[in-house]
Amino acid sequence: MVLKLEHVTKRFGQFTAVDDLSLTIPEKEMFGFLGANGAGKTTTFRMILGLLDSTAGRITWDDRPIDYSTSHLVGYLPEERGLYPKLKVLDQIIYLARLRGMQKNEALIELKSWLERFKISEYENKKVEELSKGNQQKIQFIAAVVHRPKLLILDEPFSGLDPVNVEMLKDAVLTLKQKGATIVFSSHQMHHVEEMCEHLCIMQKGKPVVHGALKEIKREFGKKNLIIHAEFPLDSLKNYPGVVKATPTMEGILLQIEGERVAESILKEIVGKGFIRKFALEEPSLNDIFIEKVGNSYE
Amino acid sequence: MNSFWIIFFHTYLNKLKSKSFIVTTLLTVVLVLALTNINNIIDIFDKNGGKENVAVLDESGALYEPFKQQLKTINKDINLKLYKGSEKEAEKAVEKGDVTGVIQLRYNAEKLPEATYKAMSIADSSLFTDLQTALQQVKTMQAASQINLDPAQLQKLYEPVSFEKFALEKNAKTEEELNQARGLVYVLLFIIYFAVIMYANMIAMEVATEKSSRVMEILISSVSPIKQMFAKILGIGLLSLTQLAVFLIVGYYSLSKNMESLKDGFFGVYGFGDIPVETIVYAVIFFILGYFLYATLAAFLGSLVSRIEDVQQMITPMTLLVVAGFMIAMFGLGKPDAPFITATSYIPFFTPMIMFLRVGMLTIPAWEAILGILILVATIAVLAIFGARVYRGGVLMYGKSNSYKDIKKALQLTKNE
Repeated sequence: MVLKLEHVTKRFGQFTAVDDLSLTIPEKEMFGFLGANGAGKTTTFRMILGLLDSTAGRITWDDRPIDYSTSHLVGYLPEERGLYPKLKVLDQIIYLARLRGMQKNEALIELKSWLERFKISEYENKKVEELSKGNQQKIQFIAAVVHRPKLLILDEPFSGLDPVNVEMLKDAVLTLKQKGATIVFSSHQMHHVEEMCEHLCIMQKGKPVVHGALKEIKREFGKKNLIIHAEFPLDSLKNYPGVVKATPTMEGILLQIEGERVAESILKEIVGKGFIRKFALEEPSLNDIFIEKVGNSYE
Repeated sequence: MNSFWIIFFHTYLNKLKSKSFIVTTLLTVVLVLALTNINNIIDIFDKNGGKENVAVLDESGALYEPFKQQLKTINKDINLKLYKGSEKEAEKAVEKGDVTGVIQLRYNAEKLPEATYKAMSIADSSLFTDLQTALQQVKTMQAASQINLDPAQLQKLYEPVSFEKFALEKNAKTEEELNQARGLVYVLLFIIYFAVIMYANMIAMEVATEKSSRVMEILISSVSPIKQMFAKILGIGLLSLTQLAVFLIVGYYSLSKNMESLKDGFFGVYGFGDIPVETIVYAVIFFILGYFLYATLAAFLGSLVSRIEDVQQMITPMTLLVVAGFMIAMFGLGKPDAPFITATSYIPFFTPMIMFLRVGMLTIPAWEAILGILILVATIAVLAIFGARVYRGGVLMYGKSNSYKDIKKALQLTKNE
C-alpha cells in the first residue's frame, strides 16, 4: 500500500502549480508536506485524491490510481474547512460516513467514541453553525476519519487551533498512525512536521526542494548548531575556519558549523579563556535546513 | 446503499422536512382549496344568499311590472320591491341597509322611461348595469310600440344573427373543445412555468450552499461530482412530484366535491368537466423534460458561484429564458397556429411550454410532438455532459468573479492538457 507520485506535473494554463514531483510515501508512515502558501501542497493533495487530473506523471496507491472505487479507504481533511451549517452534527457525520461506504450504525458507534475522545459529546444534536470554531474543526476532523481510512490526507490540520486542541488532535493523529493508517499532512509549522513525521517534503514554487527521511535529511545536511554561553567575548569565533554562520545571542553566540570536528577544535580554542556555562552541539532544525535550501525564512 | 441513492434520499428528505417546503406546500394547498371552493366562499360573504334587494319608486305607476319582467330574464337574484313611501323614506331605508339601493322610475317629456338609481355606493357595477339593461329593454319596447311596430317586427329586429364556425381540417377542435383546451393548457402552462423556476432555483441554491459552505470538497472527494449532480437533480425532481401530487390530490378531491356548483362558472367554460387524457400525458412528459432541462442548467450555473448571494445573478439569464417561453406561450393561447409559435416550439428551451401548448390546443401530427421531445431529450443529454464537466471544475473554483468566463475556466480545470 505504498503511495507513489511519479514525475507529477500540474499546469493551469501558463502557470505551473506542481513541477515534476516524485515521491514515495511508505505504508503506515506519517509524511509531512511543508511549503509556503502557493507552493503547490493543496494542488498535490487534490491530485492524489483524483479531484484534479495531473498534466503529466502518474499517482498510484498500491499500484492503482486513487479514484471513487477506493474512496471508502481514503480520508480527507481539506484546508478550507466546511460542513453543512444547518445540519446537526450527528446527521452530518453519518451522511458523510455513508457516502464513504460506511454502515449507519457502525458510523454511529465510531462517531460517539470520537466525540467522547474530543470531549464534545453534548454537541451531538447541535447544528454545526452553533458550535465554536475550534469545535467545528474537531467535527471536521471526525468527518475525515470516521470511516477508518487507510490513507489519511490532512491539509493544515492544526491551523487555527489553540495549543490544547492542537495537542488533542496531534494525539488523535498519532493514534491513527499506530492503528496502521498512512498519513500525509501539510503544515505551516515546521515543528509539527519535525515532531511527527518520519518522511517529509519541502516544496517551493511547485518543486520539491528537500525530500526524504527526516534523519537522513538532517545527516546529509551535515551542518550542526553549536551553542556557547560564556563570560568572555566570543566575537572572534565568527571568522573561525569551519564556521558557516554566527548569530550573537543574549548570553553568548549561536554558530552554524560544518561538522563535529569544528566543534572539537573550537572547544580547545576557548577552554581556559574563562568560565563556559554552556557548550552544546545540536542537530540542525528543519527551519535551518529550509532557510539554507530555499534562501529565505518563511515562518 | 449506493452513494447515488444516499445523496438522492438525503436531498429529498432534507428538503421535504425543511420548514420552507412545508410552509409553501400548505399555503398552496390552502390556495387550491380556496379556488375550488370559490362559490361557497362567495356565498358565505353574501348575507342575502347572493340576492340584492332594490326598492322601486314608480312615479309613473305603469313601469314597475314591465321592468320587473325584463329584469327577471337578466338576473334572477335581484329582488325588486315596490316602495310606497316617499323619496326621503326610501333613502333612509338605503342608509339603514334594508335595501341595497332605490330606483326611481318615471316618464320623460317624450313619454319614454327614465330612472335615477341611488345607493350607498355605486361600486357594484354589475347591479346597476343589470338594472340599466332591463330598463333599456323596457324603453326599446315602448319606443317601438310608439312608432307602431308590432312585437313580431320587433323580434325580427332584435334576433341575434346566426353565426356558425367550422374548422375544415379533420379532427380539428371545435370551438367548444378549443375553449376547454385553452383553460386546461393555461393552467398546466402555469404549473410548468412555476415549477421550472422554483425547482431549478432550489437546485442552484443547493449546489451553491454546498460550495459556499465548503463542504463540497469533502463531497467530491467521496463521490463523483457527476453522480452528485444527477442525484440532486433527481432528488429535487421527486420532491417536485411529491408537491404536485399533494396539490393534485387535494385539488381533485375538493373539485369533485364542488363539481355541481362550479359547473356553470369558470370551470365549466374552461372544460375541467372531462379532461382529455392525452393532454395530461403530454403535460407530464413536458413537465418532466422541462424540469430536467432547466435543472441541469441550474446545477451547473450554481456550481460556478462561490457565494450564495451571487446565485440569483448567475441564473437570471436562465430565468429570463423561462419567462420568455412563458410569454410566447401566453401569446400562443390566442393564436396557437401562428407560424411564429410553430417555429419556437422547436427551440429546446421553449419546447416544454410551447410544444405542449400546440399539442394541447391544436391537432398536430404526432411526429411533430415526437420531434420536439427528441430535440429536448438530445439537448438535455448535451447539457448534462457539458454541465457535468463544468460542475466538476466549477465546484473547485473559488473567487470573486462569477462571469460566464468562468465556464471556460471550469472546463479547463477538468481538462488534461
